[in-house]
Amino acid sequence: MLRDPAFRSSLVTFLAFAVFIVPTTFVISLGAALLVARTRVMQSFFRTVFFLPTACSYVVAALVWKMSIFSGIRSGLANAVLGWFGADSIPWLSLADPPWYWLVIVTARLWLQVGFYMILFLAGIQRISPTLYEAAAIDGAEGWKVFRHITLPQLRATSTAVLLLLLINAFQAFDEFYNILSTFGTYPPYARPPLVYLYYTALGSGQDFGHGSAGAVILTLIIAIVAVVQGRILRLGDRGD
Amino acid sequence: MSDKQIGREIGQALGAHLTRRSLFALGGAAAVTGALAACGSNTGREPAATGGATGGGSGTTLNQWYHQYGEAGTQQAVEKYAAAYKDATVKVSWKPGDYDQSTAASLLTDAGPDVFEYGNGPTIDMIKGGQVVDLTDLIGDTKSDFNPSILERMTYDGKTYAIPQVVDMQLLVYRKSMLDKAGITPPQTIDELIDAAKKLTQGNVKGLFLGNDGGAGLMGGPMLWSAGLDYLTKDNQFGFDDPRAATALGKLREMWDAKVLLLGAPKDWFDPSALTAGLTAMQFTGLWTFPDLKKGLGDDFGVMAWPALDDQGKASVPVGAYGSCVSAKSKDVEAAKKFAKWLWIDQTAYQLDFATAYGFHIPSRTSLIGQASTLTSGQAAEAAKLATDVGHAQSPILWTPKCATAFGDAMNRIVKEGADPAGEIAKVKTVADAELKRVLA
Repeated sequence: MLRDPAFRSSLVTFLAFAVFIVPTTFVISLGAALLVARTRVMQSFFRTVFFLPTACSYVVAALVWKMSIFSGIRSGLANAVLGWFGADSIPWLSLADPPWYWLVIVTARLWLQVGFYMILFLAGIQRISPTLYEAAAIDGAEGWKVFRHITLPQLRATSTAVLLLLLINAFQAFDEFYNILSTFGTYPPYARPPLVYLYYTALGSGQDFGHGSAGAVILTLIIAIVAVVQGRILRLGDRGD
Repeated sequence: MSDKQIGREIGQALGAHLTRRSLFALGGAAAVTGALAACGSNTGREPAATGGATGGGSGTTLNQWYHQYGEAGTQQAVEKYAAAYKDATVKVSWKPGDYDQSTAASLLTDAGPDVFEYGNGPTIDMIKGGQVVDLTDLIGDTKSDFNPSILERMTYDGKTYAIPQVVDMQLLVYRKSMLDKAGITPPQTIDELIDAAKKLTQGNVKGLFLGNDGGAGLMGGPMLWSAGLDYLTKDNQFGFDDPRAATALGKLREMWDAKVLLLGAPKDWFDPSALTAGLTAMQFTGLWTFPDLKKGLGDDFGVMAWPALDDQGKASVPVGAYGSCVSAKSKDVEAAKKFAKWLWIDQTAYQLDFATAYGFHIPSRTSLIGQASTLTSGQAAEAAKLATDVGHAQSPILWTPKCATAFGDAMNRIVKEGADPAGEIAKVKTVADAELKRVLA
């Protein structure tokens, strides 16, 4: 299985995707949580609005992204916006070079998951004792310093949980990839994470259960190794967390 | 692959297609546990099916599976046929979702069907694995009456493993008015086609629509045939290790580079809306779109085969068919064979009804085409003639799913990324040679 270049490239896709999507979602959802936490007016409104996409199915969102926002014709939302600036329509999902399809996949996933992690961060932020901020203010700390030395360390438990969940989610990448990129019965050879590749190998008409299981074992090993390493780095389960 | 090739279930009901996608993306597990999938649907369908079927004479019960056809009334029709059979009780299961995959998996279990349809007949692995039984003797004298390229596709080693139910085809459809306006006659060679597409590309209207992937998924076969080649040679060797194939596949990239192809249409090639909404002047699509084309464009459309590359090549249209197969795991193989023969060989009236009364298809029996009132005039008659004259089965039986995936990947790289066709063909050959060795061993 490891000698199969398509499987190797799927592993690269999947690691690259995880490396990109995990920090991006982390930063955006933390930023959103900080903004919402500081809002005095309509806080619950913003909280709800940002959280709402979480309730949407990945499949539904993927189809909306594919067929209405990023469709290749002039009436697609993205191309209509380009049209205002006089730019040509871009067939977002058909081009392999430049890889616009990543924009579609990543924005869909961000839209779907940022709200959920924002809520987790928000809960964490609201648990930080105000006395810490008061003490910092008396010491003359403000802005970035407060964030760097109080908010972030106090959010450590939440951040660890969020990172772990994000990583697991990234490794489960299937729904939006499959629904955005597969055309009738085929899937392009790029942006193909291992679950999609294994779906076609083992469950597709290929029915190659041997290679399918081998791939699944390799995948499990990778996830286990990453989880252990991440646990080490973040000292998961340490007392005092 | 085969669902792509046939494409009929989504032909007229994109809605059904979407559910299908969503269904298997959400519940891919159903495909793993074929047994579960089978139980689930059987339980769901049982009341309707038994209600529709008359009590069987001999007490034998047969399970017959169909994929979910998009056209209204098809399910009731097949239940009616099953109920009319006197020698056994036939339970019809109408299976939405990823039919090809879940059926293939269920054949490994005891919960599979007795009689089932499969796109272009069973796969070579089903035949090699002894999962389906030989139906050659059922077809007998009627052999010459079936569309030859379809029947050949369902035959391996001289034995036929499926009875073709109805024929579907794909072809090139164009807007007459747009071609007239641009002063173009229907192109006869690929280069003429490229020229025409260039002239027809104006503003937001593109010249040609070959699918949202620029034809990478759809046009591989037709391009090989247009160069006079095929996936495999007659003696089952790799068929397109040839500079002409590289030239032919490179033509698709030429169209892509010329920016004459419609890309990113909301509905893909299997739906007529790109043509009816005026997004493109020509589109490669299926026969099943004709009712919608008629409704949207009236008589403003013409049909033609995919043109030849040059004088040495051949024009072609891909044809495919669902074939009725009998599972080797059936509790009563003889009864199942008898029923398959009764319905798909003897009952010509039902076959005609099934092909023409609900969707838009060609009967698989040549003798019935003349009786199909939907196919007697206009574009449909021309299309049916193309299917008989230049119809080409979509892919040979030995072209396994693995070969198809390798070829699809290569096509994507050639068309979308501009990879060197000859190099990509060599990569496909490596995979295909190993696969041929495996299945022919």
